Amino acid sequence: MTAVATSVQKQRSWWQRFFKSGREDSPFKRLLIHLALILACMISIYPILRVVSVSLRPNDRLLSTSLAIVPQNATLNAYRTVLVEKEFPVWLWNSLAITAATAVIGVVLAATSAYAFSRWRFPGRGPGLIFLLSTYMIPAPMMMVPIYILSTKLGLTQTYRGLVIAYSVTSVPFSIWMLKGYYDTIPRELEEAALIDGASRLSAFWRIMLPLSTPALAIVFLFSWMGAWSDYLFGRVMIASEKALWTWPLGLRDFQSQFQTQWGMFSAASILVMIPVVALFLYSSKWLISGLTLGAVKG
Amino acid sequence: MQYLTPDVIFNALGEVGSTVLFILLAAVVLELLVYFLWSPLTAFSRVLDRRLRVLGAVPRHAASTILLVGALILVVAMVSPGREPSPLAPYWPVPLLAFVLGSFLSPNLVKVFKPDLRLPYMLLAPAIVGLLLLQVYPLLWELNVSFTNLSPRHFQSPDFVGLVNYIEVFTKPVLKQVHFVPVFLRTLLWTAINLTFHVGGGMVLALLLNRDLRFKGLYRTLLVLPWAIPQVIAVLAWRGEFHYEYGFVNILLRNAGLSALQWLTDPVWNFLGMCLTNIWLGVPFMMVILLGGLQSISGEFYEAAEIDGASPVQQFRHITLPLLQPVLTPAIILGIIWTFTNFNVPFFINQNELETSDTLVTALFRSAFQYFNLGDAAAFAFVNFGILFVLSALYVRASGGLKGATE
Repeated sequence: MTAVATSVQKQRSWWQRFFKSGREDSPFKRLLIHLALILACMISIYPILRVVSVSLRPNDRLLSTSLAIVPQNATLNAYRTVLVEKEFPVWLWNSLAITAATAVIGVVLAATSAYAFSRWRFPGRGPGLIFLLSTYMIPAPMMMVPIYILSTKLGLTQTYRGLVIAYSVTSVPFSIWMLKGYYDTIPRELEEAALIDGASRLSAFWRIMLPLSTPALAIVFLFSWMGAWSDYLFGRVMIASEKALWTWPLGLRDFQSQFQTQWGMFSAASILVMIPVVALFLYSSKWLISGLTLGAVKG
Repeated sequence: MQYLTPDVIFNALGEVGSTVLFILLAAVVLELLVYFLWSPLTAFSRVLDRRLRVLGAVPRHAASTILLVGALILVVAMVSPGREPSPLAPYWPVPLLAFVLGSFLSPNLVKVFKPDLRLPYMLLAPAIVGLLLLQVYPLLWELNVSFTNLSPRHFQSPDFVGLVNYIEVFTKPVLKQVHFVPVFLRTLLWTAINLTFHVGGGMVLALLLNRDLRFKGLYRTLLVLPWAIPQVIAVLAWRGEFHYEYGFVNILLRNAGLSALQWLTDPVWNFLGMCLTNIWLGVPFMMVILLGGLQSISGEFYEAAEIDGASPVQQFRHITLPLLQPVLTPAIILGIIWTFTNFNVPFFINQNELETSDTLVTALFRSAFQYFNLGDAAAFAFVNFGILFVLSALYVRASGGLKGATE
């Protein structure tokens, strides 16, 4: 066997050996791969580093043609302004409270509904799944006027009530599809064994399905969190007139619209709001690949 | 000016918390309703079904369909477009009656109210109510408005105009100057360019990362970052970087000895700027999905192919691609939908509101919220939705990708 393999290898041209997949890459090839990946990483993080760089610039050199990441006379003044002289901490806190609550509610709604879709055949199941899929295709601006009218009728504007309800539901269709795909990959026999041992259907769900689908639940939580955390349109519709209620995207927009963009403050604020999402991303990165892929395998 | 005092902290917590409690309470009430009403409804539907069996299945289906569709049309007509209730609103018992009669007549009623389907419907109930409020009601509203001439001039009493809005989408300019077809073609081009680069770039990076490599985790983390940061921030930052004088894109071009480009004012470069931004944003998602797919392919396939003397290109073509198919197809469907409906990138990069950079979704936004032709915009929105639905359905049909997903 090995003799055949080596003889095959000998017949190969250099480029064939170069493109060969497998563990035993040549050092030269490794070097090239590292170089390519470093280049890709630079492309992916340079624009973000630029935001960091602008946030560190002193006020008199906000507009400069320098490409340095750490600017001359770097200061943290912009951060100080944003955190102490502006309402930004209030907005950040509002966003954090709303997002955390809605992401949890969204995951609970999706986890239970997806279980029904995955394990039962009931009338309306097929059309329901198609409907959920087609809600992704509705352009977001289309829903704003009717939602505004509905929420004024129900008295939900200028409070968080409408916002919390809206955010909890918006990510649900995607989450249901994601989780249903993941549940489908978990063999039914596991639950059936528990049912025979006398567990109820719900406790089988709670003790077996949920622990086994941690990766997918993590992804769904992440997506719900990201959706609510960065949403601008709903906030604009529901709570625009009360500055104390604002979430950070409304505040950030405010930094941009007064005659000209206050780039220093804008960048400092951007960095601050990136932190919770990036931290969540890094924390869930161990589930990211398996959670997304397994859910996708079954559609 | 307001500081983050304990007062403010508890205020926000209190308001969010009370809403969460309210949602919880509503869910509990809903669950109890479904739980206790299920057995009576099961018995009732059985008796009803036995009595109605003499009518025959086909006439029952037909009658119930007519009644249910009639109820839906009446409900759409009753969803009022403005703050004033619709003139049809006092007749609300009519669609309700039609709905009740229609569902009683339907032979499917017994199939729904089965004893063993109580739990799944209980699991679904809260999500269904939420989706009715946030997806179905707005859709019905839009459907109603798309048949009227609702606009600031006719805000209090919009008139029913039939299919005029739908015809005008294709015959009149959708914005000030541009017609539907150029915007549609541009959106197709936008979707095609982005998807090609997302899948291509994601594939290259995934192939590079799918091996034992030092710093692999670090590379992966850094490469995922564009996806992790909030999209609005990324797009606004990119818009700043497209500035003629101070943006890094032009500075780099100048340093390389090329001439700077008018990213924000020239139609072609603006469109390419949009594409660049969105490619940067979208590659990480595809990379993560494809990397997961690659990791699930067993190395034995490649060893066997190697022994048979297959070239790397052949291996990629005949092993990697087919085995990635189940992961790739749903990812591409999602990619098509997300790119087609992407709002932030084409809207914000197009700072000077060039009509030559608008995609269907931003054109829709402008026609609704800048020109306030809500009736036209609603019809336009349904045309958009229909196009995207047909596109996705065609792709699903061609690739067989979601086979089994809805069975």
